[in-house]
Amino acid sequence: MTRTNGASGGGGQQQQASAAGKLPRKRFYRARAHSNPLSDSHFPVPVSPDEVDLSQHYPRYFPADKGGGEEPPPPRIRFADVGCGFGGLLVGLSPLFPDTLMIGMELRDKVTEYVKERILALRASNPGQYDNISVVRTNSMKYIPNYFRKAQLTKMFFLFPDPHFKEKNHRRRVISTQLLDEYAYVMEVGGIIYTITDVEELGEWMRSCLEKHPLFEAVPDEEIKADPVVKLLSTATEESQKVARNGGQTFHAIFRRISLQEE
Amino acid sequence: MEDTAVEEAEVSGAAEFAPALIAAHPHGNSVAVAIGPELRVFDLKAGSPVLLSDDCDGRSHSDAIRAICFSVSGALFASAGDDKLVKVWKTDSCRCIRTITSEKRVSAVAISNDDLYVTFADKFGVVWLVTLGEDGTEQVSVDNKPVPILGHYCSIITSMKFSPDGRFIATADRDFKIRVTLFPKNPLKGAHEIQSFCLGHTDFVSCIAFTSMSENQSFLISGGGDSTVRLWDYINGCLLDTCQVRDKMGELLEPNETDDSSLAIADICPSNDGSLVAVAIQSFTGVMLLACDVVEKKLSFLKVITMEKSYIPTSLASSFSSELLWTVMGASNMPNQASSQLLTRLRIVPCFQKDLISSNNSPAILEDSEVPHGEKFLLALQGSLDIVKQEEVLASVLAALKVSMHKMLVKKHYSEERREQRKRGRNDKKIKN
Repeated sequence: MTRTNGASGGGGQQQQASAAGKLPRKRFYRARAHSNPLSDSHFPVPVSPDEVDLSQHYPRYFPADKGGGEEPPPPRIRFADVGCGFGGLLVGLSPLFPDTLMIGMELRDKVTEYVKERILALRASNPGQYDNISVVRTNSMKYIPNYFRKAQLTKMFFLFPDPHFKEKNHRRRVISTQLLDEYAYVMEVGGIIYTITDVEELGEWMRSCLEKHPLFEAVPDEEIKADPVVKLLSTATEESQKVARNGGQTFHAIFRRISLQEE
Repeated sequence: MEDTAVEEAEVSGAAEFAPALIAAHPHGNSVAVAIGPELRVFDLKAGSPVLLSDDCDGRSHSDAIRAICFSVSGALFASAGDDKLVKVWKTDSCRCIRTITSEKRVSAVAISNDDLYVTFADKFGVVWLVTLGEDGTEQVSVDNKPVPILGHYCSIITSMKFSPDGRFIATADRDFKIRVTLFPKNPLKGAHEIQSFCLGHTDFVSCIAFTSMSENQSFLISGGGDSTVRLWDYINGCLLDTCQVRDKMGELLEPNETDDSSLAIADICPSNDGSLVAVAIQSFTGVMLLACDVVEKKLSFLKVITMEKSYIPTSLASSFSSELLWTVMGASNMPNQASSQLLTRLRIVPCFQKDLISSNNSPAILEDSEVPHGEKFLLALQGSLDIVKQEEVLASVLAALKVSMHKMLVKKHYSEERREQRKRGRNDKKIKN
């Protein structure tokens, strides 16, 4: 059985480097650029959201000793960065929303390890900061409902996803009408979904999927301009920096989760 | 260990076996049995086998039928399977009114409670919808192709049911999930709003059923490869109770009979009033009965009905009007099958209702002489009356069915070395060399 309790935690294999607050080096975490989202997985997946152990991910928010008495309900994860890669966006968002728990979801094992080490190193060298971000290795196209309850998330990010150009591989794209149903389920009404890509064809695809979907509507331009998160989309991640270096164009689609209007 | 067993089945290229299926008309007018590509229907009112006529587009099923169902009203019947055909029949005229071609093999089929739509799920996890005419006749609208309404991401959908009030459509898959989706007024645009996910099974979900087909509050019951039957509040996606069938079977079976894969739940069937649930288990010669207390929200073990040796039901059915529990056993493509005839075996449990909870007597099973319409009925649906001959054939079914279900639904687990070895043998790599 692959499914055991909880998500693979953020602690565990802490290396010497991160204990000293040194950032992990990417050269030791080389990984392929792509991973097959259709393959049956061999990593543990929580049976249901109740079994996600947040104390492993956010130890500061879930202290081990419960002092008794009335306690406020434990915080929940509100932001999800799907396909977080090397975690640039999480690191950028963390100081902007210091009280919001965020999680990165990444399918590639080594990349997830890197992000784990990176967060631990950042926490060690900046005490009191970066306690609200974590990462989990999972296939978010298959297991989103295993991690989040209905209407739990307020923001979801899909930055520079795999373009899958061939038509027969379109079903591997992380944004599709089918999958948007599931994303809409885990997002609260009013929550915002951010997508960005440097591939024009994929940009159009993502925008049209979102436009067609009855549970999403486009966020007006003036709001997009005022949103501090938007700037991070095209600057914070490793992929976006690469695009900027090469002078590439980016295409974003930013949509809000709305409630269904039955005509 | 398990690794090699699965591998062997793969290597020997064992044919896929489809279990025999049974469905009962909601008002008790008829009973249908599907075995391989054959559809056998018996009219209980007239007491004669039904001749199905197919006057639209003539294609009949050519491969194993994987799903059959009557609509709630009893006016329509649908069948679908590995030949990628979905056929909708009118029950009064026994005529096929629609034949729909799917792109992929079909694994589940359902008819909406108002008889307006038929939905079917393919092996890629996509649920398609087709509009039927007002009165069930073929509608000659311009755009009457199947439209996709929802999807389980690349998973096999094993069971699909409409809720009693028609507001929801529930789908179960091999990835341990049950999804409950709002069925919109205009479903042609897709069913996008998910009401809940019922998560808790730790292996594939093989069957789901709603209790109490009335307007009262209803619950969802599911059975799976983890040999549990679970009771759900499907509106909120809450697990209310779990019945560990494995533990119960452990007390009843010999130790050597309880190996892992064989205690998967094959089918479940709630009684009319929702107080009882009949459970068919892959290695158990009979049916297990659970009491379902909708007030306390509990599922508890009641009793087992043991049947003749080597009779392991593959499918269960009941109807609103009568208190009969229909069970069938059989499989298509059976090995070393002498005749070309596909054999099944039927057993019927009378008094499938509340009284069973209080009575201490083990419920009777109808003898072959006691079944409605006797020999005529059995000949029509079983294909043969010679039970002794059948037993031999049916005994061979058991093992084959288990392997087949295991192969289709259980996730393969390879050891680290095996995985590396398989990676080296990948087809796309071979082409390059």
